[in-house]
Amino acid sequence: MTTIGVPREIRAGERLVAATPKTVGQLRALGYDVVVEAGAGAEATFSDAAYESAGAVIGDATRVWGSDVVTAVGAPWGTQVDAMRPGATLVAMLSPATRADLVEKLAARRVTALSLDAVPRISRAQSLDVLSTLSNVAGYRAVIEAAEQYGGMFAGQVTAAGKTPPAKVFVIGAGVAGLAAIGAADSLGAQVRAFDVRPEVGEQIESMGATFVQAAQAQQQVSADGYASALTEDQERLTAEVYARETADADVVITTALVRGQAPRTITAEMVAGMRPGSVIVDLAASGGGNCELTVPGERIVTDNGVVIVGWTDLAGRLPQHTSQLFGTNVVHLMQLLTPGKDGALVLDLDDPVQRGMTVTSAGELMWPPPPVAVSAAMPGPSDTAPTAEEIARAEQVAHEAAARRRQRRTVGLGLAAVLVTLAISFAPPAFLGHFTVFVLAVVVGFYVISNVSHSLHTPLMAQTNAISGIILVGALLQIGSSDPLVTVLACVAAAVASINIFGGFLVANRMIRMFRKDA
Amino acid sequence: MTLTSLAQAVYVLAALLFVLSLAGLSRQESARRGNTLGMIGMVLALAATIALSLDASERPASATAALIGVVLLVGAVVGTWQARRVEMTQMPELIAILHSFVGLAAVLVGYNSFLTEAPDAVHLVEVFLGVLIGAVTFTGSVVAYLKLSARIASAPLTLPGRNWMNLGALVASAGLLWWFIASHSVVPLILMTVVALALGWHLVASIGGGDMPVVVSMLNSYSGWAAAAAGFMLSNDLLIVTGALVGSSGAILSYIMCRAMNRSFISVILGGFGTSEGTVVAGDHDYGEHREVSAVDVADMLRDARRVVVTPGYGMAVAKAQYPVAELVAKLRARGVEVRFGVHPVAGRLPGHMNVLLAEAKVPYDIVLEMDEINDDFGDTDVVLVIGANDTVNPAALDDPGSPIAGMPVLEVWHAKQVVVFKRSMATGYAGVQNPLFFRENTSMLFGDAKEQTEKIAQAV
Repeated sequence: MTTIGVPREIRAGERLVAATPKTVGQLRALGYDVVVEAGAGAEATFSDAAYESAGAVIGDATRVWGSDVVTAVGAPWGTQVDAMRPGATLVAMLSPATRADLVEKLAARRVTALSLDAVPRISRAQSLDVLSTLSNVAGYRAVIEAAEQYGGMFAGQVTAAGKTPPAKVFVIGAGVAGLAAIGAADSLGAQVRAFDVRPEVGEQIESMGATFVQAAQAQQQVSADGYASALTEDQERLTAEVYARETADADVVITTALVRGQAPRTITAEMVAGMRPGSVIVDLAASGGGNCELTVPGERIVTDNGVVIVGWTDLAGRLPQHTSQLFGTNVVHLMQLLTPGKDGALVLDLDDPVQRGMTVTSAGELMWPPPPVAVSAAMPGPSDTAPTAEEIARAEQVAHEAAARRRQRRTVGLGLAAVLVTLAISFAPPAFLGHFTVFVLAVVVGFYVISNVSHSLHTPLMAQTNAISGIILVGALLQIGSSDPLVTVLACVAAAVASINIFGGFLVANRMIRMFRKDA
Repeated sequence: MTLTSLAQAVYVLAALLFVLSLAGLSRQESARRGNTLGMIGMVLALAATIALSLDASERPASATAALIGVVLLVGAVVGTWQARRVEMTQMPELIAILHSFVGLAAVLVGYNSFLTEAPDAVHLVEVFLGVLIGAVTFTGSVVAYLKLSARIASAPLTLPGRNWMNLGALVASAGLLWWFIASHSVVPLILMTVVALALGWHLVASIGGGDMPVVVSMLNSYSGWAAAAAGFMLSNDLLIVTGALVGSSGAILSYIMCRAMNRSFISVILGGFGTSEGTVVAGDHDYGEHREVSAVDVADMLRDARRVVVTPGYGMAVAKAQYPVAELVAKLRARGVEVRFGVHPVAGRLPGHMNVLLAEAKVPYDIVLEMDEINDDFGDTDVVLVIGANDTVNPAALDDPGSPIAGMPVLEVWHAKQVVVFKRSMATGYAGVQNPLFFRENTSMLFGDAKEQTEKIAQAV
């Protein structure tokens, strides 16, 4: 039986854990045994007992790292790699792009390493993308941190003691973190404005409740890989103007621009100097050096003009319980992908772009970097083929004319039909005319009676009309008395089936109608 | 005052009661009264007719009375037995087979009328039309019944040049009518009956299962026209009025349904859907992967939700899941969750089928809403449970102009935060179209029998 080891994270300040009691249950449902290192979930408020009751075994570090599969949050530290068995699988955030030494070490150890932070950004892989998970939580937490540092209330208030305006929050970058920050700030009652160089996210920004700040020429073309790309010089100047204007006006600035671990500089010292005292900047990109020139990663500083800059690099870790739960679920989704048989047998399919993209080393072989994956984040935009206003107007004109022609044709057709019918009727004997009048009037009555029937009653209505159309029984009954035996027999059969119809139809309609009841 | 004029007066009263009956059935509050009024009208009409029949009887009145008594007894026993026994999920079949009875009766009455009355041209035309409509209704309803009860495959029958065949049958009938009027012989009438029976069979056989709601209501309309035609040949105004009422009401119902499916009425009647010149659906399109959840996960989702919408489809009827669904909804409502139902006009195999099933399971009708009433609310909805519906919640109808169901109004469930789709497997719906909804990020699939899964959820909530 394959065993999954969940180690305690030993990096300083790391509160997360790669599995929670709930996800342990899900992993066991996939057919795995789970060993959890003692105290692994302590920082995230999950006790060893809770893991045990979910079916995990509590073990020491050696046993955990010696498992067939090890799922961790951060990359292995120090001698942890040496504790792994050759042929084992490691699932963690490995930052393979910047940790060439670690990757080589893993390959030398013949460990198959899957990097959770290298999931291709395609819709299918969304459910195992831990970066989305962490960004989401970090975005939320950034707003909470800002609210703590800010000396006012986020929501505007009108009280007997006067009124306070709502806080103005400016969010740079509308990725997962940015959108989460917008949502959190908006629900605290702040006025949120947001900027992103990718024009296609404008709709998402507005759907989260923020105003999309646009810089006429600064917008980029739709990006192909889901990330924003570097800006041209001209764009750069225009975006800088937007940043300067918006930051000077904002009480809280949240920057989230992090492209593949690198933080582009968006807020210069000059812009910070232009901000009001007491304003707060929360830099979500601090781990990559920070979007703000003055950010000190991992610290909170106050500038000379009284602007607070928060550079925490562990925002997601500050909500360890939920983050671990979400992270653990991402891991479960990955294991579901790797366990097609749900039988505890791990199968790595290198033809699958998602699995291939995450694979850093496989049985001693270096697999990094993976081939590029075409990303579905950018929908084929309609912009290249969008019809001009002129074309639309012309199309409308054509449609209008066609409709008018159709109407004309229909009027002529109806007129002709009316004339023909009138002519035909005028040849008919007078007795027929009387019946025909009755017929036409009844058709019109039926039309109006039914036109506004409630949809939910269509079935009973149909049963009822069906019963009523059993009135043909009248015709059959009148013929039964005939002296011709053949006529009598036919009439009897007709009367029998028609009366089945009448009884069946009415009773079943009645049965259905009685079932409908109003909410008491 | 003669017996005839008294009977005529009673007929007027009965006709009026039928109109009021149908009017009453257009609203829930007055539906029960409408049903009763229809029954009273029918009793009055039959009493007057029996009196007339006995009065005009050509053999001893007691013999005629005995015959009438026997046939009515047979009808009452069989009809009552059927009405009591039928399950709500089988309602479409029952209604279809009842329509065929009207068609059969119309054919027989037509023949009798030909045999008993003087052959003048107008009367012959009336007999001919009455038998034609009756025969088409008869075989059409029988095919509809067989398809609905899954005794024959519900896929549309596509003979080459089927529209020409239908047209040919009509032209042949017109020719036979000419011969019939000229010769007064029964031979063209019999030939026409055969042609009309084949036409009815072919018309409905070439309509796919997904269009059955329209077909049933269309046959309802035909059965009305058949009764009206019988009224003309017997010079009976009650038959004419009632037949016309039923005929026009069935026609308008079919029209309403076609509009709900964004289909042309004509092309549905002629069996044009599903095989028409529509573009071929690209089968190898990559929709991505779907996500599976368990009943317990869904229960968790529902516990945390504030607004839930259930959109049932034919699959709920097949699995007979309406009872556990109602139980689940009652539990959620007791917890203060706002639960409503969104019913697509063509969900199920009969217009209003879902409403009847939910009513059977004692779901209050005021939380069962129509598509137009609920479509704008999906944005504020936390969880949507799609139970056995497919084409009626397919976003391709709006997004993909090449889809066979393009332009059909659908329940826009994907605007909700979470969508859970109950389904047996990843197979396509009646329209044979893959549903991109299943691959959306906020959609999760719950596979298995809808009834069992719903029971599990109800237990876990």
